[in-house]
Amino acid sequence: MGEQKSVNCRDPPAGNQIETRLMLGHNRVKNEGAGVIELDNVAYSYGGGELLSDISVKLAPGSFHFLTGPSGAGKTTLLKLCYGALLPTSGHVRLFDADVRGLDRDEVALIRRRIGVVHQDVQFLDHLPVADNVALPLTVSGRHAEAAGSDLGELMGWVGLNERAAALPPELSGGERQRAALARAIIMSPEVVLADEPTGNVDWDMSQRLLTLLVELNRMGKTVLIATHDLSLIRAAKAQVQARVLRIANRRVQLAGADL
Amino acid sequence: MAGDRQADRVVPPSGFTAELTLFAAGAMAFLAVFALALSLAAGRLADRWGAELAQTATLRIVAPADQRAEQTRAALAVLQTTPGVAEARALSDAEQAALLAPWFGADLPLDTLPVPRLIEMTTDRGFDPTGLSLRLAAEVPGAVLDDHGRWRAPLVSAANRLRLLGWVVALLIVAAVAAMVTLAANAALAANAQVIAVLRLVGATDSYIANAFVRRFTLRALSGAAVGVIAGLLAVWLMPAGSADAPGLLTGSGFEGAGWLAPLLIPPVSGAVALLATNTAARRALGGLS
Repeated sequence: MGEQKSVNCRDPPAGNQIETRLMLGHNRVKNEGAGVIELDNVAYSYGGGELLSDISVKLAPGSFHFLTGPSGAGKTTLLKLCYGALLPTSGHVRLFDADVRGLDRDEVALIRRRIGVVHQDVQFLDHLPVADNVALPLTVSGRHAEAAGSDLGELMGWVGLNERAAALPPELSGGERQRAALARAIIMSPEVVLADEPTGNVDWDMSQRLLTLLVELNRMGKTVLIATHDLSLIRAAKAQVQARVLRIANRRVQLAGADL
Repeated sequence: MAGDRQADRVVPPSGFTAELTLFAAGAMAFLAVFALALSLAAGRLADRWGAELAQTATLRIVAPADQRAEQTRAALAVLQTTPGVAEARALSDAEQAALLAPWFGADLPLDTLPVPRLIEMTTDRGFDPTGLSLRLAAEVPGAVLDDHGRWRAPLVSAANRLRLLGWVVALLIVAAVAAMVTLAANAALAANAQVIAVLRLVGATDSYIANAFVRRFTLRALSGAAVGVIAGLLAVWLMPAGSADAPGLLTGSGFEGAGWLAPLLIPPVSGAVALLATNTAARRALGGLS
C-alpha cells in the first residue's frame, strides 16, 4: 500500500451527497455507494502503448464531474470506456452494475439508451432534419409517438433550436450543432450525460449557455461527466455547481486540487 | 419486413447504387423467366417424346419377296394374340413410299427393291417386347421388333438434361442475385460507416441497423424482379408459337397452362434471397465495426 490521501467534497443534488475519497497510492477516485459507471483498475492500450493505466473511478448518481488533462492524455478514450464504445485492455468497466465485458453489442446498445453522449466531433445523419436527428434515440428505441410528440418541441425550445428544427445539420453553426447534440443526448431522459469537449468549437457566450444547460440537467438529478481542457469553463462551472475535477496525467486519473 | 418503416429513413438514399441494384435484379429476373421457360418446355418435350414413343413399336418383316406377304400375315396373327398390343397394321406400299420419299424421291419403284414390310403397332400396358421378340423368332423368323427404345432413350435423356440445365441456370441466377445484393449491401454498409456510428451512439441495436439495410435491399430486389418478370413474360408471350403437329424446342419454349404462374415465384424468391444475403452481409459487417 502506498501513500494514501483523502479528499472530501460534496456533490449535488441535495440529499445525494457522497463522500469522495482519493487514494493516490492506488490511483483511486471513488464515491462510496453504488455508482452508475464504475471503472475498476482499468487499463487501455492502443497501438502497442498503454494510454490509460490502473484507473479506478466511480461516478455516483447525480454527481457532476469534469475530466481534464492535456490533449492526447486519454480523455476521449476514458469517456468511450464509460459508455462501452471501447473495452478495457484489463480491469473492469461496470455500467449500471453490468460488466461490459459480459455484454453483447445489443446489450451495450440498450445500456447506451441510459447514457446520453455529446461527442467532440458531433455526428448527425446529415440527410435528416435537426428535429429528426434529435429524436433519433427515440426512433431507434421504437418510441415513434414520442419522437413526433410535443416533448420534442419543448426540448428543442429548451436548447433554443425551435426555429432550426427543419434545417439540415450541415446548415447549423458550431454552437447550434453542440446544442442539438446535447438535446439528442438527453431526449431519452438518460441517467448519465457524458460530454466530450462540448464547448470546443463555440465562443465564450455559447460555451456558457451550454454549461448552464448541463448544470440544469445535473440539478434535475442527472450524472454529468464533461471532458474538457478548458480550465475557464471548469472555474465558471464551479461557481454554479459543486463539481469534482478529475485530471488525467501520466496515464492515470487524479483528483485535481483546490486550484481548480 | 413489415416492421419499422422509420428505420428506412435513417439510412440515406443511395441514388445510383439503388438504380443499379434495381436494374440488376430486373435483368436477372428477365433471364430467370427464360431459363424457366426453357426448363418447362424441355420437360414437356421429354414427357411427350417419352409418352408417344413408349406407346408405339414397329415390326420389320425382312424376308425374300415371295415370302414377305405370308410372313406379314403370320406376324399380324401373332400380334393379334399378344397381350399389350392394342392395334397392329401393315403399312401399304403407298405409305412406305411416302416414308422413303424424302431420301429416294417420290417415284421410287418399291416392287423392284428389297424393302422390308413395316407393321405399325400401338401398345398399352402389359406389353412385353422381350417376350414378343422370342415368340416372333420362333414363329416368324423374318420379323424384327423395334420398340423404339434404342433411340427413344437418348432423346428423352437429352430433353431431361435440358430440363435440368434450365433449373441449374435458374439456380445460378438466384445465386448471382445473392452475390450482387451482398456486394451492394457491403458497399452500402461501408459507405454508411458514419451513419452506423451515429446509430450506435444513440443506442441502436445491431438488428435495428441491419433491418434498415435489409428492408431497403429486399424491396429493391423485389421490385426489380417484378419488373423483370413482367418484361420476361411479355417477351415469352411474343415469341412465335409452334403448331400443334410440329412441336419443337425453339417454337414451343413458352409457358403452357399453369406454367404461366411459375415465373410469379421469381420476385418473392429474389426478395427472400436479397433478405438473407443482406442480413448475412450486415451482421458480418456490423460485427467487424467497432
